[in-house]
Amino acid sequence: MARKILLANDHIPGINTLRVYRQHGGYASLEKALKQMTPEQVVEEVKTSGLRGRGGAGFPTGMKWSFLAKPEGVARYLVCNADESEPGTFKDRYLMEHIPHLLIEGMIASSYALGAKTSYIYIRGEYFYVARILENAIAEAYEAGLLGKNIFNSGFDHDCYVQVGAGAYICGEETALIESLEGKRGNPRIKPPFPAIAGLYGCPTVVNNVETIAAVVPIIRDGGAAYAAVGIGKSTGTKLISASGHINKPGVYEIELGVPVEEFIYSDEYCGGIRNGKKMKAVVAGGSSVPILPTELILKTANGEPRLMSYESLADGGFATGTMLGSGGFIVMDEDTSIVKNLWNFTRFYHHESCGQCSPCREGTGWMEKILNKILSGNGTLTDVDLLWDIQAKIEGKTICPLGDAAAWPVASAIRHFRKEFEEYVKNGKNIKDVKHYYRLNNLVGA
Amino acid sequence: MSDNKEYKFSDETLATAQRIIRRYPEGKQKSALIPLLHLAQAEFDGWLSPGAMDYVASLIHIQPIEAYEVASFYSMFNLKPVGKCVIEVCRTSSCWLLGAEDIVKHIEKKLNIHAGETSKDGMFTLKTVECLGSCGTAPMLQCGGDFYENLTFEKVDTLLDKMKEEGKRRVYTKDDMIKI
Repeated sequence: MARKILLANDHIPGINTLRVYRQHGGYASLEKALKQMTPEQVVEEVKTSGLRGRGGAGFPTGMKWSFLAKPEGVARYLVCNADESEPGTFKDRYLMEHIPHLLIEGMIASSYALGAKTSYIYIRGEYFYVARILENAIAEAYEAGLLGKNIFNSGFDHDCYVQVGAGAYICGEETALIESLEGKRGNPRIKPPFPAIAGLYGCPTVVNNVETIAAVVPIIRDGGAAYAAVGIGKSTGTKLISASGHINKPGVYEIELGVPVEEFIYSDEYCGGIRNGKKMKAVVAGGSSVPILPTELILKTANGEPRLMSYESLADGGFATGTMLGSGGFIVMDEDTSIVKNLWNFTRFYHHESCGQCSPCREGTGWMEKILNKILSGNGTLTDVDLLWDIQAKIEGKTICPLGDAAAWPVASAIRHFRKEFEEYVKNGKNIKDVKHYYRLNNLVGA
Repeated sequence: MSDNKEYKFSDETLATAQRIIRRYPEGKQKSALIPLLHLAQAEFDGWLSPGAMDYVASLIHIQPIEAYEVASFYSMFNLKPVGKCVIEVCRTSSCWLLGAEDIVKHIEKKLNIHAGETSKDGMFTLKTVECLGSCGTAPMLQCGGDFYENLTFEKVDTLLDKMKEEGKRRVYTKDDMIKI
């Protein structure tokens, strides 16, 4: 079911240049939008397409756009979230590096739909070389009259700039990103007001992920209905999946939503199975924040249905037996992986990245890391596992932004599905010498 | 909080700084703070001294404290002197699954320093950092804006030896900044 829409042309040499990109139909969508469509029609096509935010939350893009306030005489902004920092996610980097003009074209066309005269691409500072690629693409677009004044003689003016961040996971949260773009610490804002009402510089602002904005280009080209015909149910179109971990073929794959998870992991077209002939133990399907699932639950739902790569199927069963598509950061772990140590790794990450505004997140992530350290060092008690559970439950839903939830869910799901392994560490921790990387717990795999 | 050193961008860097400042609407020049701090870090030996931050603040007419509070929030800004090559090894998730801890230990042993320290000859600073978006090519490290992926001990040895031999500063090269 390989179906490429965004990456259909990524094998063509030179597709990163404007000349080759245009030879293969590049900027035709922008021309179509500017010459043949009103901004409202573009928004309608995006609504029809069923496109959902590809950064992680999966919120319908057309609906997000329709919330944008349009007061007279006030500037509006489109901001592209290229702060890709969710562990296990590297698809936006791939897209920007290989087909930068797809993003630029999407930025201009989306800005036309939203009535934004200026847009910013906020890219994480560690992607400096990608920022350079985007800068070069933007310079090419200006030179060809695709940016600047009176684009395609339509009377539409637009300027697009790249802004680099400086290392902060939290800036992927849209209000923290806006704060950072304003030259401040990346502390998320209390909502409401939402950015659609008061975002960048207090003006109405839409923040969209790189992949979301890129998808607007084929939606304009082929129409929203054609895009909606791809995929399954409310999971329309294609999704870029970043596959990593203990698999034979890590990389970025564009899939039609609805591909069975089993096919995605074991088919040679995608991940190519588990490395070194080992068995799979667990999968984190949508970036480190989403619940981890053991093999039997990632391949099949609790009802025994084959699990599919779609928003609905991955979420089937709620958090009790399901997970989320999230950002599409698909991390596979083999049978030798220590779930407890992996959780410690994730929890250290969230502790490091908590912005510190909300006590439950600032303190809770630190305590979870400390308790996991205690368990791993062989000094844990069985009540520590309950304490971990208690702390995560007191973080979830009690913070300004979703980082608290993102820190809580991996802990909850690891305990829910691998409690025996935590207990094994508590009971025998001092005897577990090889805890550093891999620890085989064959008889403890699963719930 | 200024030290005795005088901080001033070269003409070329200053022109870049002014080009960046012009990107934002009138009165919103503070938006240029992070890009300008990057420029300063590249220009002034790979780290931000109080004097360097004061200078950046003066360029966009904000209080020095506004520059300090931002510089101390973001992990890419070094608030202490660093070696010529800052080796940043990803320690999260997929890199960890595929042996990032071993890579860090190997570098620690080779350079005879711990993560967070600078080698005696001032050549290397070793840092461990969170996910750099290179999970499909794990384990990896970053130095001076370049990604080094699918690491093995041998690759790391070759890389560090080459850097030492060349002896040049690689902390976010100024060329990168000028083009941004």
